[in-house]
Amino acid sequence: MQIPSAIVTLILGMVLVLGGLWIGQTINLLPVGASANAPIYDELFQVLFTIGAILFIGIVGLLVFSLIRFRRRNDQLGDGIAIEGNLPLEIFWTAVPAVVILFVGLYSYDIYDRMGGMVPLGHEGMAHHAMADNGDERIWGGLSSKAVDGEAMPLPVEVTAMQFAFLFHYPEGDITAGELHVPANRPVTLRMEAKDVIHAFWVPEFRIKQDVIPGQPTQLSFTATRPGSYPIVCAELCGPYHGGMRSTVVVDEPEVWEAWFSSNAKSDDSTTT
Amino acid sequence: MTVATPPEIQSAVPRLQPSGWIRYFSFSVDHKVIGLQYLVCGFAFYLVGGALAGAIRTELASPVSDFMARDVYNQVLTLHGTVMIFLWIVPVVNGAFGNYLIPFYVGARDMAFPRLNAVAFWLIPPAGLMLISSYFLTGAAQSGWTAYPPLSITTPAAGQVIWILSVLLLGGSSIFGGINFIATILKLRRPGLKLMQLPMYCWAMLGTSILVVLSTPVLAGTLVLLSFDIVAHTGFFNPGLGGNVVVYQHLFWFYSHPAVYIMVLPAFGLVSEILPVHARKPLFGYVTMVYSIMAIVGLGLIVWAHHMFTSGTPPWMRLFFTIATAFIAVPTGIKFFNWLATIWGGRINLNSAMLFSCGFIVNFVLGGITGVALAQVPFDIHVHDTYFVVAHFHYIVFGGSVFVVFASVYHWYPKFTGRMLHEGLGRLHCALTFIGFNLCFGPQHWLGLNGMPRRVAEYDPQFTLINQISSVGALLMAVSTLPFLWNVVQSAISGPLAGDNPWNALTPEWLTTSPPPVENWVGEAPLVEEPYGYGVPIDQLDLAATSGRDLWSSGK
Amino acid sequence: MTSTISQASDEASSEVSSDHGHEEHGDFRMFGLATFLVADAMTFAGFFAAYLTFKAVNPLPEGAIFELELPLPILNTVLLLVSSATFHKAGQAIRQGDNGRCRRWLLISAGLGIAFLASQMVEYFTLPFGLADNLYASTFYAATGFHGLHVTLGALMILIVWWQARPEGGRITAEDHFPLEAAELYWHFVDGIWVVLFVILYLL
Ligand code: HEM
Ligand SMILES: [Cu+2]
Ligand SMILES: [Cu+2]
Repeated sequence: MQIPSAIVTLILGMVLVLGGLWIGQTINLLPVGASANAPIYDELFQVLFTIGAILFIGIVGLLVFSLIRFRRRNDQLGDGIAIEGNLPLEIFWTAVPAVVILFVGLYSYDIYDRMGGMVPLGHEGMAHHAMADNGDERIWGGLSSKAVDGEAMPLPVEVTAMQFAFLFHYPEGDITAGELHVPANRPVTLRMEAKDVIHAFWVPEFRIKQDVIPGQPTQLSFTATRPGSYPIVCAELCGPYHGGMRSTVVVDEPEVWEAWFSSNAKSDDSTTT
Repeated sequence: MTVATPPEIQSAVPRLQPSGWIRYFSFSVDHKVIGLQYLVCGFAFYLVGGALAGAIRTELASPVSDFMARDVYNQVLTLHGTVMIFLWIVPVVNGAFGNYLIPFYVGARDMAFPRLNAVAFWLIPPAGLMLISSYFLTGAAQSGWTAYPPLSITTPAAGQVIWILSVLLLGGSSIFGGINFIATILKLRRPGLKLMQLPMYCWAMLGTSILVVLSTPVLAGTLVLLSFDIVAHTGFFNPGLGGNVVVYQHLFWFYSHPAVYIMVLPAFGLVSEILPVHARKPLFGYVTMVYSIMAIVGLGLIVWAHHMFTSGTPPWMRLFFTIATAFIAVPTGIKFFNWLATIWGGRINLNSAMLFSCGFIVNFVLGGITGVALAQVPFDIHVHDTYFVVAHFHYIVFGGSVFVVFASVYHWYPKFTGRMLHEGLGRLHCALTFIGFNLCFGPQHWLGLNGMPRRVAEYDPQFTLINQISSVGALLMAVSTLPFLWNVVQSAISGPLAGDNPWNALTPEWLTTSPPPVENWVGEAPLVEEPYGYGVPIDQLDLAATSGRDLWSSGK
Repeated sequence: MTSTISQASDEASSEVSSDHGHEEHGDFRMFGLATFLVADAMTFAGFFAAYLTFKAVNPLPEGAIFELELPLPILNTVLLLVSSATFHKAGQAIRQGDNGRCRRWLLISAGLGIAFLASQMVEYFTLPFGLADNLYASTFYAATGFHGLHVTLGALMILIVWWQARPEGGRITAEDHFPLEAAELYWHFVDGIWVVLFVILYLL
């Protein structure tokens, strides 16, 4: 019995979409997520991965099928069929990708917005924190925290990058450290500038990255959610030891962090340090 | 009409141009000689760049920096990128095949400006040798092929200045070539040949050359400014002197994103020539192909800042460049669907040229999918400057352009030399390259997602195993060039004779002898109005012998 | 037929069109030159874009602001514009076959170009800032210097054309005067760039 080709196509298409969904849902290529950004990012990744898997398997499947089905057999001499085009078909495969792209674009705009990407930079009220001299300086790029009313004030940290280390300075306690200590579930805003060449601040488990540029301060906000230690990686070629330019961000429970902070803070009782 | 000329007439013509093999080492103005000069010279540099890549993968086989010093690693990395882009892909997909094929396709005896053409080629070997010798003389540049300041201003000056000089020479060569292609395609067409009858490679080269002419000069100007910063201590890109490093990035990517299309559009064109011949079908959707090339050219000029999503760029800029970049996928997608439709229902000859072309489709589809993902700012913020990007662009430039270069060599070798390549060795080459390539670059996606930045000589030991797999893939790729080298050398000497048109192709380069005579055709150039006129019209199909499946596949 | 199968000699292949009588093409050399000038213009566009961006986002420190004097650059603009007109006259003359008049106009154009260069030199030496003093100084010198290079080349080209247009043994005639037309297009281009440069660097 001959099954009509339209039905075959339909079934194959459904199998393909289901397969892609299954792949997107089950295969995880990302490291653990440790910031409020991570689940949002992972959601986007899943969507892109699903669409990508459907497209890739579909196209490669079609290609392999044609290569086998239409390969020249030994006894065949003539040409294929002379079809030079098919306007409806071509319109179809212009319109469908355009719609998919539009959807992906809108969706990723929404994701970026949820990550705080569309909040104007530098409107953090950081000027309150002993930074009066450069309170209204220009911030050239980065992510602002989407400070929701009633939430805790973001913790300001000044990051200085140099060949080949990161330095962290907490203006609130005048602490300088080589490791970044942050409390879980409280927004942190990094104000970053480089001393010599361009570096980049990247925490893979937070899914965020921002270049640290000499002469052009940048900003990065995040809320850590999962206590633990995670690598800070420099992601911009900065010289011979670029590969060794790493540090650690330690995410503590708020009480633990509070203890670390007060034992290191210089401002009130400098005896503890 | 025969080629035979009485000997005395031949010797009466003053021979300013050498003939025989020596002409390949001379300032020849014959476009076919120049094309082969580009091809062989480019391949020599490919071997150099490949050796450098081998050094990189050897270093990365272990997580510590043990194979070479760290600054040497950065030099090797910089040389690898620069050699591969400016001395291999750009000269070969443009210069080599463009020079060889375009005059045939427009029905001309040579390029519009043959002497400029020879000058453009002869800029390349000195520039390349200068670049490579800088490693031995002064130490090569070590700031990556992007040469971002302030790093490029603070690393040793001599190597960086030599790097700038050679890139300027290579850019000049590329601009001269681009001017020549535009003039040849638009002005030197044989009378009666209309633009919309040209083989698709002409359109690809026209689009590419427009990009070359519009964007390469900006790179040249930028590098001149950068060299002022290094030599004359101006402060264009030196924040210590009030300069702005991000402006360099904008100017650099204004060239270097279009450069991406300078490397793949010609490859798209070449594939469009190869598929119809071996699938015995017309190229599907000629007109939409032409429009999508032009759309890619236009969009390609306004997407550069997607390389700067984590740099000093404000939110609105990030958004604009996301949208523009993502939309390039539409015309690119059209081309891929058209190629699939071209082979659908064909009588496909699964030879090396065809297999490499299909390898290109598979690889480029993956690279294009990751490209669309990278265009989304929130996605890129995590993976920018990591091994994910390395994987992405190698799927584009290696899996895309290099595969097409090999497909083209298998396709046009009979024309170049008059002899056939060995099919078995060709398929072995294809299989080894495909497996090695995917083994090398596929796992790198995972590395980038999980925290390995690019351009590092040492890395977190948790990534060791995957890096070793990747290095094995690289080794396999190195091995895969051996059957190829053996094949091209041995077939040139004793391969079976090809005849004029071994593939039964319709484009004009096949309508002359192999190899073609000096001025391409004896007598009038043929007027090819239907370069893709393959196939049996549907109404002539033997209906009794076709199944319902066949009718469906024919679009009825 | 011998011509088609002979070796492509240097001489013959430099002008494919004249080599093969049976395949007439229009003169594509001007087209090639125009394409080159588009590329050249993009180099300037890069400089201008850099300058405007610097100006917008990298304010100079207090006290480093300077105003450029206008009289000399205005004189320069006039010099170049007039030289464009005189070159046009030279072109008209050659088309009428009057090599003598053509050469007089050419000399005047070259003279105006050289006067421009001299006056530009005067400006350079009287400016209160040097190449590496600050961002604007550097961009100013880079853009005007690159343009000056173009004028120098152009003036040389005019002198060469002047030599080629000599009545006895010159290769430029009423019928065949490609070098003159090429130099003229180039010269107008260099003038056009100057006008844009003048507006951006001096007036804005
Ligand atoms: C067509 C051939 C292509 C080539 C040769 C190519 C090459 C490259 C290269 C070399 C990079 C690395 C830049 C760096 O040094 O950081 C890159 C990054 C990128 N590519 Fe492509 N690409 C191609 C196609 C595409 C396509 C089709 C898209 C999207 C539609 C795309 C989107 C991107 C994006 C967004 C980045 C930035 C990623 C980042 O830097 O984090 N590319 N590409
Ligand atoms: Cu670094
Ligand atoms: Cu790009």
